Amino acid sequence: MGTSALEFEKPIVEIEKQIDELKRMAEEKSMSVDAELAPLVDKLQAMRAEIYRTLTPIQRVQVARSPRRPFTLDYLRLCFTDFIELHGDRAFRDDASIVGGWARLEGETVMVIGHQRGRDTKENLYRNFGMPHPEGYRKALRLMKLAEKFHVPVLTFIDTSGAWAGLGAEERGQSEAIARNLFEMSELAVPIIATVIGEGGSGGALALGVADRVLMLEHSVYSVISVEGCAAILWKDGKSPETREKAASALKITAPDLLELKIIDGIIPEPVGGAHADHAAMAQTLHDVLIENLDELKRLKPEKLIHRRREKFLQMGRYED
Amino acid sequence: MAWFRKEKKPREPRRERLEIPPDVWEKCEACGHTDIREKFVRNAHVCPSCDFHRRMRAHEYVGILLDTDSWEETEADLRSVDPLNFPEYPARLKKALGAAGESDAILTATGTMEKMPVNLAVMDFAFMGGSMGSVVGEKIARLGELSLERKFPLVIISASGGARMQEGVLSLMQMAKTAAVLSQLHDRRIPYVSILTNPTTGGVSASYAMLGDAILAEPGAVIGFAGPRVIRQTLGQDLPEGFQTAEFLLDRGMVDQVVHRHQLKKTVGQLLRHMSGKPAAAGWETS
Ligand SMILES: [Zn+2]
Repeated sequence: MGTSALEFEKPIVEIEKQIDELKRMAEEKSMSVDAELAPLVDKLQAMRAEIYRTLTPIQRVQVARSPRRPFTLDYLRLCFTDFIELHGDRAFRDDASIVGGWARLEGETVMVIGHQRGRDTKENLYRNFGMPHPEGYRKALRLMKLAEKFHVPVLTFIDTSGAWAGLGAEERGQSEAIARNLFEMSELAVPIIATVIGEGGSGGALALGVADRVLMLEHSVYSVISVEGCAAILWKDGKSPETREKAASALKITAPDLLELKIIDGIIPEPVGGAHADHAAMAQTLHDVLIENLDELKRLKPEKLIHRRREKFLQMGRYED
Repeated sequence: MAWFRKEKKPREPRRERLEIPPDVWEKCEACGHTDIREKFVRNAHVCPSCDFHRRMRAHEYVGILLDTDSWEETEADLRSVDPLNFPEYPARLKKALGAAGESDAILTATGTMEKMPVNLAVMDFAFMGGSMGSVVGEKIARLGELSLERKFPLVIISASGGARMQEGVLSLMQMAKTAAVLSQLHDRRIPYVSILTNPTTGGVSASYAMLGDAILAEPGAVIGFAGPRVIRQTLGQDLPEGFQTAEFLLDRGMVDQVVHRHQLKKTVGQLLRHMSGKPAAAGWETS
């Protein structure tokens, strides 16, 4: 667990090391260390709780981007059964930065679509760091329309720093692909639940985010621009910790901020110490929340669903009339 | 050419009789052609020498597209607020209000085009880079609703660097909001023509700008999701010549036509007639 720990998690990692060491010793010498272990475990829990209760916005950005957090494929393994992945946009290629396919949530078929990041360099190159090209969004749309055809709900997982900015992406119409998803999602005749599980970066995130319910994991973030990009524009410095921290605070990107602004519909609590501290517990909570929301949405007729979804997004914005 | 580049000390303007005041002169950014401002204005800010399409203000587009005295502005009272208490946003808004002479980065109007009723929205790059915040989204939403009510076709002219960062995710959501309105127009078969001008990038290009039943672009306009600067950064090298121009997008199948500004009104009129079951305008039968 010590690898790629965040700076503010160092004290946690320190205690984790002590616990591991104690366990190793106990095994080596086949003796009981329960008496010594118990206070350390308590201390670890208390410290995790304390650190995670007081996370600053920029720390949340770091947590949201952590490769130790569960990704879409992890949730597919932990919350769902019977997953069969569907590939490709039928026009250009398969984009591995978005995964999707049929799966079952508590026995019932759903369409799951999500950004997929990588944990190491090799995987990240394959997944393009979870930053889709147009064909990724077009695959997502294909799967959504497929779900609609068979009256199956769509569950999306948002986890990207943004849509890819590059020659091929521009050439094949990144703007059009994102715009098309926004358009089609606002009149898709099946329930859609979108959950931000890590970083929700700008239009590349929103392209999976026009949903009846938009949920955020407690420590995830959702932003119109990266904190680095914002800091670079405002203070001509996108790298220093100070300007990044200022940008993270100014942009109001945390789940509580966005709930207050009525951008999202709910916050899903994370285990003590964040989703990465306990993948199974996080998946269990997510599973339960998805079922609860789906049960409510399934009662609505498609016309009503679409009407409500559109109205929700039409209400968004603050201005003086 | 050398003498052009030589730094000259600013000198006192010579007082001459009949001298035209210096602010009357304008210079084409593309070819350097210098002319009386009035000449550019009368030519809809297209350079008389090289045909370069210079930036044009929102009300000027209304002037060249809608029939004279046929139109009125809608929702002119909507004003941006500072919902996030964002650093320096109120000051920037105030400055933009003073400098641009528009109330925000978009002007919406209802009127007629070649005698056909139409609702027109024009973005104004002079107001904070045409950035899309809550007001831009709301004005488009209300104009769209007016189109639904009256069954008027919708025309939007885009000019924007993207979402307005100062309104955070609220501005991001304007992409979804405008797309939601357009999907309603789509269901009711009300035509929507999108016109892309220089530049159309970011959140605007990735929402309503790319959702037209027809998409037209002005010659030379830079159009894309990521701005050229951002791509250059990720790429670590210069972009190919002409990348992300209107002509490039036409070649790649992303827009229907690249249209000279002088032909805009006629072209939009022709499209709207086709899409709303109206007979051709006089003069089109033989061409
Ligand atoms: Zn010129």
